[in-house]
Amino acid sequence: MNPGNRPLSPHLQVYKPQITSVLSILHRLTGIGLAAGAVVLVYWLNAAAYGPDAFEYAQDLLATWFGKLLLLGWTWALFYHLCNGIRHMYWDAGRGLELQQVYMTGWLVVIASLGFTLISWIAGYGLLGGI
Amino acid sequence: MVEFTLPRNSKVVKGKTHKAPDGTKNIKKFKVYRYDPDQEKNPQLDTYEVDLDTCGPMVLDALIKIKNEIDPTLTFRRSCREGVCGSCAMNVDGTNTLACIKDIDQIKGDASIYPLPHMPVIKDLVPDLSIPYAQYKSIKPWIQTDTPAPGSERPQSPEERAKLDGLWECVLCFCCQTSCPSYWWNGDRYLGPAILLQAYRWLVDSRDENTGGRLDALEDPFKLYRCHTIMNCTNSCPKSLNPALAIAETKKLMVERM
Repeated sequence: MNPGNRPLSPHLQVYKPQITSVLSILHRLTGIGLAAGAVVLVYWLNAAAYGPDAFEYAQDLLATWFGKLLLLGWTWALFYHLCNGIRHMYWDAGRGLELQQVYMTGWLVVIASLGFTLISWIAGYGLLGGI
Repeated sequence: MVEFTLPRNSKVVKGKTHKAPDGTKNIKKFKVYRYDPDQEKNPQLDTYEVDLDTCGPMVLDALIKIKNEIDPTLTFRRSCREGVCGSCAMNVDGTNTLACIKDIDQIKGDASIYPLPHMPVIKDLVPDLSIPYAQYKSIKPWIQTDTPAPGSERPQSPEERAKLDGLWECVLCFCCQTSCPSYWWNGDRYLGPAILLQAYRWLVDSRDENTGGRLDALEDPFKLYRCHTIMNCTNSCPKSLNPALAIAETKKLMVERM
């Protein structure tokens, strides 16, 4: 027997995804996504400041199907991260930590983030004509 | 450190299948993690076909039946068989729980059984719990006082005593501890939900006189603050306790004393 060479028991490989852990990792992933999105936002603003040609190029780039897909993703990421961030602050105050409340606010965050995303895109296309 | 895969020596390979005798009607398959330290082999997943018509209702009953009737080499910890000792903590059907109070009926399909996650395995379903035990010792889980001991007991009002409810019931099974991804990645420095719940149990004990010292000991980027409110701990506790709440209250105590 070699006690120094014990195997490590499976973890991620076997642990069932929980609403608790899935929403937690989504908070991280949306945070990382938004950091990348901020770079694109800076590029877009820079292009606008640079001149009409550069701005038109940036607009065309974002208006491709892939650009739109990314923008849709960033819209949802923003709202998810925002809503879940509020949930985190609520927790930091020591509130809403009973399991039932955690489930309820978790689903609320999911539904709210999807709803806000939908409203934003309807507003973007319906009122402003999209990009 | 975050590691998504298992080390080479820990990868689980396919194991043996122990078939039920012909004519058995009510079969449930139990897929059980096996590791034998006496053999230079990787862990494997053995399948046992158990006759539920002659088996008790709980997962632990099935494990005992397997050990008694099918394979005496199967190794696991168990004692009270009623959820008060915390020995038979393991990963059943994807979540950590006590095998003795987990209904077989609640498991859809085959029942997969692994040791507590991200722990060194001694044998089969027996993990090495030395690190969490050492972490438990590090929070000094005993009463600390400066005032001389009174002649009789140290009195406590019913309200003060009530603060310990939801904390004293912990049996240190480490279901919560090993369900926490933060503990998986930083288990060497983060104390984990079970130990932090115990730390809080002493912080709110009205008879303890070292609250400040206890908070000082927890004031550390890793020991306490690696909790990111993932909440897997509270989700897995077989005693329905709330380690995440205890940790949040501890963080509040940290802020309040500044």
